[in-house]
Amino acid sequence: MFEHAVVTEPGLADPVQQSQEIFRTVLAALSEPGRVFQLADMAPVGALGVGSAAVAILLALTDGDTPVWLGGKAEALANYLRFHTGSPVVSDPGAAQFTLVKGVNCQLDLFDPGNEDFPDQSATLIVEVDVLAEGGPITLSGPGIPGHRHVTVQGLPADFSEQWSANHAQFPCGVDVIVTNGTSLMGLPRTTSFAHSGR
Amino acid sequence: MARDDIPDDLRPRWISSLSQAEPAVLEAHWAGLEPKPAFRWLRPAESGLVMLRGRAGGNGQAFNLGEMTATRAVAILQETPALTGYGYVAGRSKRHAELAALFDALLQDPSRRADLWRDLILPVEALRTAARRKRAAAVGATRVDFTTMVRGDV
Repeated sequence: MFEHAVVTEPGLADPVQQSQEIFRTVLAALSEPGRVFQLADMAPVGALGVGSAAVAILLALTDGDTPVWLGGKAEALANYLRFHTGSPVVSDPGAAQFTLVKGVNCQLDLFDPGNEDFPDQSATLIVEVDVLAEGGPITLSGPGIPGHRHVTVQGLPADFSEQWSANHAQFPCGVDVIVTNGTSLMGLPRTTSFAHSGR
Repeated sequence: MARDDIPDDLRPRWISSLSQAEPAVLEAHWAGLEPKPAFRWLRPAESGLVMLRGRAGGNGQAFNLGEMTATRAVAILQETPALTGYGYVAGRSKRHAELAALFDALLQDPSRRADLWRDLILPVEALRTAARRKRAAAVGATRVDFTTMVRGDV
């Protein structure tokens, strides 16, 4: 008998205009780490159980040539992405170019950091956290940041600072992270140094 | 969602019939449909290219024959169960793809299938068969037999 995946949510209403807008926002976020950007009302969230910014980024950036890893327990989201973007959803995180994970499950060294010849081929992680705001205990510095920027990010694993230091030290290799919460997003490229002052 | 109440060969047949039907026939049937179902587009109609592949002699290596324009749309009915209809048509007619998707969704509903099958699919198939016969007859009238040559492989 024929079966079809149960997809009940539409994709972007105006794919050309909106995916350019999303791309531009992601570009700005990765150029100015520590600033929180908004992507409102782009993607429907419905029953997917993920923030709309995270879904919007995946809709805009993934296609049939970008393997996506979702951690195995996101069948609805996997069907949604297969339907709307045609992205292969892979079971090996090392093979993925994009991934969407919950903050607490974030483990940076699972993903492809690129190689010395092609550091641009590293994976991009979209990490959905519980709280994301400008100002707070986390100090960011590096390219795109005049001096320092302070942010609040809650919902990352306890050892994230150590994970990030290891990732940062691999430069020019290393993964890039886009932290999202609902409609907000913040870029955390591999060039940014991340320090947590007090917990 | 597997729909076990539909015989295996029926849906491919109606999808094929809908995609090869005259758009005007589908449009007329849709206009006369009461009450119209509530629906939204899961994937709005979009045109693109599909690669046609062929095999020399039907059994050689597959090769790319060329690209053709195709248009597709996916509709979801806003009722329970939320049936999803797919329309894929050759060419650039977005409305044709939309209508094919809508009728595919409606035909999956057991309470609507019998009527649609009788009033839409069978007439559409009859029209197509008639058109094909007419063309075959027109072509057949000019058929030439080369009696000195051997047909096919001996």
